[in-house]
Amino acid sequence: MSIIKAETHPLDDYLRTERLPHVWCPGCGIGTVLGAYLRAMKNVGLDSEKSIMVSGIGCTGRTAGYVRMDSFHTTHGRAIPFAVGLKAARPELNVTVFSGDGDLFAIGGNHIIHAARRNANITVIAINNFTYGMTGGQLAPTTPETGITTTSPYGNVESPFNLAGLIAVAGASYVARWTSLHVRRLEKSLEKALKKRGFSFVEVLSQCPTAYGRRNGMRDPVDTLKYFQKYAVVKNHVNPLEGVIEPNKPFILGEFVDAPEEATFEDKLWELTKSEFLHTSQAERSEWIIEHRRHLEILSRIISGRGEDNEQS
Amino acid sequence: MSKDILVGDHFLSGDVAAAEGAIAAGCRFFAGYPITPSSEVAERMARRLPEVGGIFIQMEDELGSMAALLGASWGGKKAMTATSGPGFSLMMENYGLGMMTETPAVIVDVQRGGPSTGLPTLLGQGDVMQARWGSHGPYQAIALTPESPQECFNLTIRAFNLAEKYRQPVVVLMDESLGHLFERVTIPPREEIEITDRKILKDKNRDIYEADEDLIPPMPPVGEGFGIHVTGLTHDERGYPSINAETQERMIRRINDKISKHAPEIIDYEEFMTDDADVIVVAYGITARSARRAVIMAREKGIKAGLFRFKVIWPFPSERLEELSDREFVVAEVNNGQALVEVERAIRKRAIFVGKMGGEPHRPEEILKGIEEALK
Repeated sequence: MSIIKAETHPLDDYLRTERLPHVWCPGCGIGTVLGAYLRAMKNVGLDSEKSIMVSGIGCTGRTAGYVRMDSFHTTHGRAIPFAVGLKAARPELNVTVFSGDGDLFAIGGNHIIHAARRNANITVIAINNFTYGMTGGQLAPTTPETGITTTSPYGNVESPFNLAGLIAVAGASYVARWTSLHVRRLEKSLEKALKKRGFSFVEVLSQCPTAYGRRNGMRDPVDTLKYFQKYAVVKNHVNPLEGVIEPNKPFILGEFVDAPEEATFEDKLWELTKSEFLHTSQAERSEWIIEHRRHLEILSRIISGRGEDNEQS
Repeated sequence: MSKDILVGDHFLSGDVAAAEGAIAAGCRFFAGYPITPSSEVAERMARRLPEVGGIFIQMEDELGSMAALLGASWGGKKAMTATSGPGFSLMMENYGLGMMTETPAVIVDVQRGGPSTGLPTLLGQGDVMQARWGSHGPYQAIALTPESPQECFNLTIRAFNLAEKYRQPVVVLMDESLGHLFERVTIPPREEIEITDRKILKDKNRDIYEADEDLIPPMPPVGEGFGIHVTGLTHDERGYPSINAETQERMIRRINDKISKHAPEIIDYEEFMTDDADVIVVAYGITARSARRAVIMAREKGIKAGLFRFKVIWPFPSERLEELSDREFVVAEVNNGQALVEVERAIRKRAIFVGKMGGEPHRPEEILKGIEEALK
């Protein structure tokens, strides 16, 4: 029997403990999500030596700097294409993008929809704290209407993205949304996302008491968690387009898409390099492509809640 | 015959020759976005890379292309993209990330007339300073300027060798006229092609940004338990962010010095009839071909003219130009004076500038006029 010393943590092996303390504020939700992610990694037995984390810029973007695995802290918005290049080059590696809502959906919005369309075999964890935390709390494409930020001092007049809905219709194979309060369900969902072959996406709503909550009546970190508790409705396999988040109204959490596995982008790229594929007729090549195409009609039934998948709920 | 090196004589455009040079150099990853006049490079790579076991991805834009290159390069591939001015502008972001993280990659920039969308199908040479300074912060660029399809082949191979050796993005600055010019290209057998591969870090206990004596750190492999961290933030030898002036001074000075201290090995130029020349024309790319003709025309008229042509424009061959500074100088390029600034800095006096805004190459007569003016 091993003895666990008080000063160690079960996830120490997965963390660059020499880099602690981290940059995140007291009460921040990122650490909670990272904990769930690392436990999920451990639970599914992912080899950390064969696992890569890629982050963009921002508070969540700093995550890559704390995990004990090969990790890349890239430019703002470009974590996804960096990961797509790395995964295409080395498909045997597990590649996770861990970044924030602004990074992935404002400056990086074009890349994430295309990575989902291609069904790149990467896992994307998007921590959505409704704001730009690192730069001091500016308006994000996820800030709820009326939200007060430093660049929407009179209240946000824009409509926010429904991230889960956007990524589902872009073609992701797995789409789920949880919060920093629903940690056990988040962990289970992350396990599924990590195991899924194809583009998997988990949005995690999280508190930012310092930059967002403070200006929006949720100064205490627990205030946002209480908000999540009050308004979150857990419901699996509903149409992700119904996943809109409006202030002081119920919003949906759960698994929106869990599509049957199909050939991934990397499977297809590497098939092109095989001599059996190259040295055949174009008719046969087209046949292979059709045989391995994405079944978007099935995906569309799943998204609209009409698929068999829906019965699981 | 091997599929990666198409040994023999071919009739190729500069764009296609650059693609073949890349494959011969060992390039096995291309990510790009179509843009005139470079699209033929992507088209050739799309057809050729699968044949040699390589990966071609048409990305959603040039921001993503450059990011994907760096990802693939860390994955161990020799990686390239091809673009033109507007796309080159978008790539500046991760050109800088490549400098900061010391990531080998090759960018072929087939220059067209600018600024902005400018002249998509016509010549420009206005990206010279962008290659040097286009991404923010202090770094040293490496850029090569071929003048023929044969050199597009040869210098793209060299660009890979330099990128791998010095661990940074390297630019092949072509131009529209050259990219679309068809000429004979001789592809030599494998044993005659010099290939440099990156140094690989083997010791897991060594800091990943601890440089060797040559100021270049060996590159760690991914997926082999090194647990590396790579960031665009200023970082210490371990690769960890270290946001202070002391680390910035130490680490950023090193990434600059690793190029400037090796500049003599990187610099390459051609001198044509400069020995006894009273006036020297400085030109590169397609313009060098007009300049060469102008020099011959001048000699026929009894004027002792010569040509100084960059094959590598960055690092800049300032020392050699300074040695020649007792001569008169003419600078010809298709922009409003970019190499001109550096030439005048090296020779410490004014040169006659024969510039064009873009759209067509120089006529030799235009440069000849400049030669005559320089001797007045």
